Amino acid sequence: MSKSDPNAPKRLALVASKGTLDWAYPPFILGSAAAAMGWEVGIFFTFYGLTLLKPQLTAAVSPLGNPAMPMKMPFGPEGFQNINWAMPNLLMANVPGFESVATSLMKQTFHNKGVATVEELREACVDMDVRLIGCQMTMDVFGFKREDFIKEAEIGGAAMFLEYAADAEVNLFV
Amino acid sequence: MTDVFKEDQVLDCSGMLCPMPVVKTSKAMKELQSGQILKMISTDPGAPPDMEAWSRQTGNALLRSLTDDGKFIFFLQKK
Repeated sequence: MSKSDPNAPKRLALVASKGTLDWAYPPFILGSAAAAMGWEVGIFFTFYGLTLLKPQLTAAVSPLGNPAMPMKMPFGPEGFQNINWAMPNLLMANVPGFESVATSLMKQTFHNKGVATVEELREACVDMDVRLIGCQMTMDVFGFKREDFIKEAEIGGAAMFLEYAADAEVNLFV
Repeated sequence: MTDVFKEDQVLDCSGMLCPMPVVKTSKAMKELQSGQILKMISTDPGAPPDMEAWSRQTGNALLRSLTDDGKFIFFLQKK
């Protein structure tokens, strides 16, 4: 896992710790971009981020923990689409069905603007040999098995990831 | 005057946002031989700085980048 060759490519080590749709994007965007630049990339999926290794991604947008999350409408005239609908999260979080509304609004807006889906970005990462490492401890705690994840995933622990990260030029925690 | 170089391959990334132009460019470049030229077309305003960085990081030369009617056009040569 450590880099012994001084001519080895640059390395990006990422921790993906969150499982909501909005937080699912950064690790896969940065991972695929770095791999496209010829870097070696490893993403360690831990805690809620672990669900991003499931074959069917169910990531949704949660208004909780996103104070003043702006919301864009994916339809209507441009002026209407550009309005930032600030979401008072304590209020909206209690509205039944709000999460699915917020999720479909984000998916539609991202699609309209030309952002790839999380599934496409993950596939790009897999194609470019990004190492996707699931956290063993989180699996034990939340009751996940190896078969619950895509076949390309590896399983590892903190020491394994840290050894990899120690030789990375860029380390990010998402 | 957009065809300043004779390209061997054209990649149209119109409508795509970051990081797809970079990802698609990297994939297309793998299909080319050393010295061949890829013409990449993007509508993403973030593409010019991204392609410059991509070129520096991968060592594939960015021969020319230009803007034409809202499109960003890049001529990249495989190292």
